[in-house]
Amino acid sequence: MAAISRDEVANLARLARISMSDAELDHLAGEMDVILGAVARVQEVASADVAPTSHPLAVNNVTREDVVTTSLTPAQALSGAPASAEQRFKVPQILGEE
Amino acid sequence: MSIRDNAWQMSEALHNKEISAVELANDHFDQISKVDKDVHAFLYLDKEGALAQAKEVDKKRAAGEKLSPLAGVPLALKDVMTQRDIPTTCGSKILENWRPPYDSTVVTKLKDAGVVILGKTNMDEFAMGSSTENSAFGPTHNPWDLSRIPGGSGGGSAASLAAFEAPLAIGTDTGGSIRQPAAVTGTVGVKPTYGGVSRYGLVAFSSSLDQAGPCARTVLDTALLHQVIAGYDPKDSTSINQAVPDVVAAAKKLDVKGMKIGIVKQLSGDGYQKGVSNKFNDAIAELVKLGAEIVEVSCPNFEYALAAYYLIAPSECSSNLARFDSIRFGLRVGDDGIKSAEEVMNLTRQAGFGREVKRRIILGTYALSSGYYDAYYGSAQKVRTLIKQDFDNAFTKCDVLVSPTAPTTAFKIGEKSEDPLAMYLNDIATIPVNMAGIGGMSLPCGLAEEDNLPVGFQIMAPAMKDDRMYLVGGALEAALLSKWGKPILDFAPILAGSK
Amino acid sequence: MSLDFDQAIAKYEPTLGLEVHVELNTKSKMFCGCATEFGAEPNTQTCPVCLGLPGSLPVVNKRAIESTILIGLALNCSIAPFSRFARKNYFYPDMPKNFQTSQYDEPICVNGYLDVDVETDSGNQTFRVEIERVHMEEDTGKSLHVGGSTGRIHGAEYSLLDYNRAGIPLVEIVTKIVPNTGKYAPEVARAYVASLRDILRGLKVSDVKMEQGSLRCDVNLSLSPTGSGKLGTRSETKNVNSLRSVERAVTGEIIRQSNRLETGERIVQETRHFLEESGQTRPGRSKEKAEDYRYFPEPDLVPVVPDAKWIEELRKQLPEKPADRRKRLQLAWSVPDKEMAAMVNAELLDTVEATVLLGSDPTKARSWWLGEVSRIANDRAVSPTELISVKDVAQIIELISSGELTDKLARQVVEGVIAGEGSPSEVITKRGLKVVSDDSQLMSAIESAIAAAPETAERVRGGNIPAAGALIGAVMKSTGGQADAAKVRELLLKHLGQ
Repeated sequence: MAAISRDEVANLARLARISMSDAELDHLAGEMDVILGAVARVQEVASADVAPTSHPLAVNNVTREDVVTTSLTPAQALSGAPASAEQRFKVPQILGEE
Repeated sequence: MSIRDNAWQMSEALHNKEISAVELANDHFDQISKVDKDVHAFLYLDKEGALAQAKEVDKKRAAGEKLSPLAGVPLALKDVMTQRDIPTTCGSKILENWRPPYDSTVVTKLKDAGVVILGKTNMDEFAMGSSTENSAFGPTHNPWDLSRIPGGSGGGSAASLAAFEAPLAIGTDTGGSIRQPAAVTGTVGVKPTYGGVSRYGLVAFSSSLDQAGPCARTVLDTALLHQVIAGYDPKDSTSINQAVPDVVAAAKKLDVKGMKIGIVKQLSGDGYQKGVSNKFNDAIAELVKLGAEIVEVSCPNFEYALAAYYLIAPSECSSNLARFDSIRFGLRVGDDGIKSAEEVMNLTRQAGFGREVKRRIILGTYALSSGYYDAYYGSAQKVRTLIKQDFDNAFTKCDVLVSPTAPTTAFKIGEKSEDPLAMYLNDIATIPVNMAGIGGMSLPCGLAEEDNLPVGFQIMAPAMKDDRMYLVGGALEAALLSKWGKPILDFAPILAGSK
Repeated sequence: MSLDFDQAIAKYEPTLGLEVHVELNTKSKMFCGCATEFGAEPNTQTCPVCLGLPGSLPVVNKRAIESTILIGLALNCSIAPFSRFARKNYFYPDMPKNFQTSQYDEPICVNGYLDVDVETDSGNQTFRVEIERVHMEEDTGKSLHVGGSTGRIHGAEYSLLDYNRAGIPLVEIVTKIVPNTGKYAPEVARAYVASLRDILRGLKVSDVKMEQGSLRCDVNLSLSPTGSGKLGTRSETKNVNSLRSVERAVTGEIIRQSNRLETGERIVQETRHFLEESGQTRPGRSKEKAEDYRYFPEPDLVPVVPDAKWIEELRKQLPEKPADRRKRLQLAWSVPDKEMAAMVNAELLDTVEATVLLGSDPTKARSWWLGEVSRIANDRAVSPTELISVKDVAQIIELISSGELTDKLARQVVEGVIAGEGSPSEVITKRGLKVVSDDSQLMSAIESAIAAAPETAERVRGGNIPAAGALIGAVMKSTGGQADAAKVRELLLKHLGQ
């Protein structure tokens, strides 16, 4: 049985905000199945008594003082924007929450 | 003075005013114009900026100002590092034509040291790959054999060194992207301890693994560059606030007598090309002759490193690459005045990201999703703990660990591009270092007898003991040089049009 | 036939939960040095970090951590010995990185409480609202919807984004479920947010201006049939931006949910939006599938591990708790409960205290601020302290005490100061508002009053003291109110042999 279905891959693509054609989904579902089969090996040694390491550094409490530094100019901030208007980033209509 | 000289020789020539920085930069641009059509190491050349910087250095030198050792020496910058107003693409369509409004800390340090940045080098898209074939702008070719890959992701940086287009380069290494290209191009590359070099301005692939480092043709050259780019940066919360080890002194010491060098049992044998194993063993024999003590150590959990890496790196990348959404910078596709922001975002990411990047984003999205987190991402983090423990145990028995850098020499372009798992195996020996956040170096140890292609020798040192890699690397390099009678790159074919 | 609030409460038991987001008033943002001024020109307070440009990295603002710990301590929380940031992954155009740097399973403060007082049928009752967690995160940018009708998102042609607000430090304060409030659920919710606001103001960690969005409240509410002991499905109402709205939102949801349950409909677990005009809620855009935020530890930041010394230093900075302070002042000033409540509701406690600290009598200070000054302020829809300074009011009260002003004259002085005629003494000079204290001048006025009402004067001579009132009134009238009534009374009675 496949570790991951085509529908699951489609849902992941939706979560990751990537449009995918049917052909892409088919191809990727197959690849994902193979890759997941290989990486699932980590479960063999990941027993409950092993603490997770999310970061190689053992450093804590790195902070900066609450001091204002120079911002970009609006022109610099907007320099890479695909579209802008009224000193703001312009985007197509948003279909989200209000 | 020749472009085939080492960076430290160029530094001396500049210091002695045998050549100007402007002349040196022009010599390199000249070489680039002749060979880069075949090698394709560069994505962008900043001739104007480079010559302006060179001119400035020459002026300061003429005025008798005290300059950094690398002032006026040219460098190739991996296109994953932001440089103000200079295109930074990360080898991706999604960032084509993006000019960042700020310098990465590495670039700031290079500029402050008077290093002349020639341009930006090619790479696998967002540093995901081991062959530079995943660049959206076409592959880079290995100067040893143009039909072969130069390694990846930093194939452009490594190839530029091997093709004498630059004496110094910056790479970044998440799972081997500095060391594996160095190995397959006969150059030297160092991944410093995690936190040793600031990540500010390094476009993130996997934040807990990424590390920038120096690339060059000799150990001493990498040490000189290491000294310039390393050090604490308050803009990077994960930067180490400690003095940088004296890597230059270590590279010059050439003395490994009494050092304990551990061979990692798990990083040899099956899966390693015969010529690679032979050259590795020859290098070990040299170290023995130099008075080092060789021990064998076992790191049983390294077996799981590759699997854990291909969960952690994709997980972090799925989040790091979310910001490429067509709003504040980069590509926008499908904005026809009718489609919604969400649709435009989806279409942009479909068109802007290449296959490998999408594969990893989807894999990472899966590994982090509720219901799968513990089994995948969570388990991978535990493996990370076990790998660290393996290193800790090993370093109680020896000063450094060694292995071949990559299991094979450079393979043919296209040979593995349809088989992701086969491609991932290239990183099998380099990944444990990233997982533990320690330092790793690759230097050439000979040509494999089967194909006459360079083999890389990896040296791994405990965190913040980067000087040990330079100590062992410098000594081994000197021994091999006297054995071979000339630098390894002198065995490479001369590229058409080259000086 | 639909249920009203009382009918709903008779059949169903509400369970509350409140999530409050507070924008901290740090000078710079959570993870970068950009300024945090409210109302700045668009995109003038942005940098590679808060724009989420490739390659940028966050560094935590120390003051933001300290403010959060202070909030936790003030809410009786435990401060976690180990706390981490996590990435909350979801896409939205106002969020530069398409993940919010927040905290997930390792928040900085946990398990606190806040006691709030609510007036019930059986007198004042204290409800304990338990705090589940207090954690740090960052705010999003702001979108402006262009085209369509009213600047709303639906029907807009495009949107414009300003990232000045992106990355401003936010603290989220989440309560545990608040059971057993019965019909007082709306009042408890309001009292909780009001107390929380007072505490935050006292800590000086936030502007706590609900109207500017620096304090935002989400109300979670579920109903269960009374006595069933089962928790119902909850709704989450967002956009509740005043204390009154908090109360109305709870009432509105109790009525809405009870009526659904009455007709056999299910309550959907959903996000709803509070409508200021009607006091009702409407559903948010329903998502096809539940979001999966894919939280994981933020690899660009290191853990926050506050040691005991740091926490104790912060604990020393804690101001007196608002409730304790109120009790102390009420006792010191001998203020009845009702008046104390009025002062607190009018948000004039600080002002009255400041006036008292300048030497004014507490009762006078209270009556001037809550009386005359508040009356004028209400007429003009401004706050009393915007009209006149504490110093001026204290000076006027002092002039009354020393007999240089009568209450009536003092009202004119207040009016003059508010009109911008200068300081109290300048107004007195300009308007000629001196109390007539010259005895001979007063005596002639008294004699005239007696001459005009000889019968009244006779009654006073005969021992009918209260009758003197009419004569005093006449004197006050003839002196244009500038006489001191007590003085007039004294002279008059003496003159009439009393």
